[in-house]
Amino acid sequence: MTHLALTNVSKLFGDFAAVRDFNLDVEKGEFVSFLGPSGCGKTTTLRMIGGFEIPSFGNILIDGEDITNKAPNQRNVGMVFQSYALFPNMTVAQNIGFGLRVRKESEANIADRIKEMLSIIHLEGKAHSYPYQLSGGQMQRVALARALAIRPEVLLLDEPLSALDAKIRVSLRAEIRGIQQRLGITAIYVTHDQEEALSLSDRIVVMNTGKIEQVGTPFEIYNFPKTRFVANFVGSLNTADAEVVDVQQGLLIADGVLFHTAEGTKGRSVGDKVKMAIRPERFSFASEQKKANVIDATIENITFLGAVVRIEVKIGNANFNMDTFNNPFLELPKIGSQTKVTCSREAVLVLDD
Amino acid sequence: MTQNVLSAFKGKVSASNYKNWIGVAPFFLFAILFIFLPSIRLFVDSFKDNNGHFTFANILQLFSEPYILNAYALSIKISAVTALGGAILGFLLAYSVTVGNLPKPMRSILITFSGVASNFAGVPLAFAFVSTLGRTGFITILFKDVFGLDIYQSGFNLYGFAGLSLVYMYFQFPLMVLIMAPALDGLKKEWREASENLGASAMQYWIYIALPVLLPSILGATILLFGNAFGAYATAYALTGGRIGIVTIQVGAQIRGDVLHNPGLGYAMAMGMVFIMAISLAGYSWLQAKTERWLK
Repeated sequence: MTHLALTNVSKLFGDFAAVRDFNLDVEKGEFVSFLGPSGCGKTTTLRMIGGFEIPSFGNILIDGEDITNKAPNQRNVGMVFQSYALFPNMTVAQNIGFGLRVRKESEANIADRIKEMLSIIHLEGKAHSYPYQLSGGQMQRVALARALAIRPEVLLLDEPLSALDAKIRVSLRAEIRGIQQRLGITAIYVTHDQEEALSLSDRIVVMNTGKIEQVGTPFEIYNFPKTRFVANFVGSLNTADAEVVDVQQGLLIADGVLFHTAEGTKGRSVGDKVKMAIRPERFSFASEQKKANVIDATIENITFLGAVVRIEVKIGNANFNMDTFNNPFLELPKIGSQTKVTCSREAVLVLDD
Repeated sequence: MTQNVLSAFKGKVSASNYKNWIGVAPFFLFAILFIFLPSIRLFVDSFKDNNGHFTFANILQLFSEPYILNAYALSIKISAVTALGGAILGFLLAYSVTVGNLPKPMRSILITFSGVASNFAGVPLAFAFVSTLGRTGFITILFKDVFGLDIYQSGFNLYGFAGLSLVYMYFQFPLMVLIMAPALDGLKKEWREASENLGASAMQYWIYIALPVLLPSILGATILLFGNAFGAYATAYALTGGRIGIVTIQVGAQIRGDVLHNPGLGYAMAMGMVFIMAISLAGYSWLQAKTERWLK
């Protein structure tokens, strides 16, 4: 059964539509990320679930109960803010227990829950510390514990890691995912960081200009982007204008070079102009000619990116990036040399607008 | 080599420190000339009689003369009443133009007014109130003619405790507005949202979060208002002509008066004022330490 449902939700600020016709069903225990650039409406949608914004149209339901017009303190929804929003005048324990205290829970219950939460976030020794005595990562863990202490129906996380440094971000996101799975709590996570969304989520909602572009698992979103926006926003992508040559064989022509595609020509006609896309890591040097697409190319540039080496090749008149894992024994071609590159039929995507 | 580098570094640091100290030199010069040295003179001369001989009589009089004790009591009463009144009124006004939902231009209007009014004191302020709320003041007449109410017949007297408190309020609450507006701006929107999200009502947010966070500022500002009123002289003198016996007027009478001329006693009374302010500040520091323990 659907745990959280957003039906035709829109939010207008004057004439500006921040969110348009947003429809989403979330299962209990699911981790869903809203991914998109700044201003795409992801935070507004999250704030509508939290009750800090009231939808202009549409409904929000939790377990079938309409909470659209309920005040934030009437919904049992926990929220973790980007800026932590810990109460500076309270200790870690008092912050965690605040929600229970205002709900008039017994002191024994509050003490037990604080202990449990401190153990979950591994900050047992910091119960009596004030927020200013904690690091950014510790503060965000306390904010998470505070939101979880009230046993919320849904946990909302608004870019909770964006203020932290890269290493802490990676370790904390694994911790957040672990806690969410252990407690089986439904979580909605807002981020503009694709890596974060891909690594954490059961499903990703990619948003652009207030609308959903695509909803899917991280695997689907990355490997089978449906729109040009999703393909460009998630991961890096080579794109080229192409024309359908043979629908049956899935043949496209781009800049005089033929490309075989698996399903890209379905529902199209010969002569249709399309946007063809290939992820850089789907190319490889053609040591064997088993793959469908074996293409002549010229090495234009080589950039060392650490774990990955990015090679810019010229195919026809267009430049494409090709990524290969770094290997100390890898023999890289010389710039200007001729080579053959290859990619599978499945790697050649045709995008909708 | 290392020694040379170190000494060069030290030289650089001390040169830069020296420049920094030059910046604050005028302040120290001002403080020495007009605060420190006069305070020493005040202290020393409070132990002298009219002939310049050492005496404890002035200090003893502070505790034995009823009119001096009454003067302190009246000053403390007026200062406390106007500090509390100004603090409450100023806080509410600051709240309404910051976290309240009043239109933004109201904030500029109130802050500008407060900037001017908090410095409006002395003869001009006294004159403004005499011409509006004096016995023949504009508002007094307006009340009489329009509503048939004679405020003086009803017990109001601009030249008494209530009147002087009202006049002091004119510069007290704007000062509170100026201090509290930035403090209220410092309340993060996320704190309110987080508390609501955790199930708290608006009242619980104010009781458990906003007021404790603001308490050091409120206490500090209230003490400042107390000191502001406690040390006021010109406004009270211009308004009442010395008829109301607050400490500053009594000090003035002893130092430059014809009838009560006893500068030593005046200095001793001023020392008493310093002592009372010191006690207030010590109390404030103690409360501040209690309320600010969560600050760095």
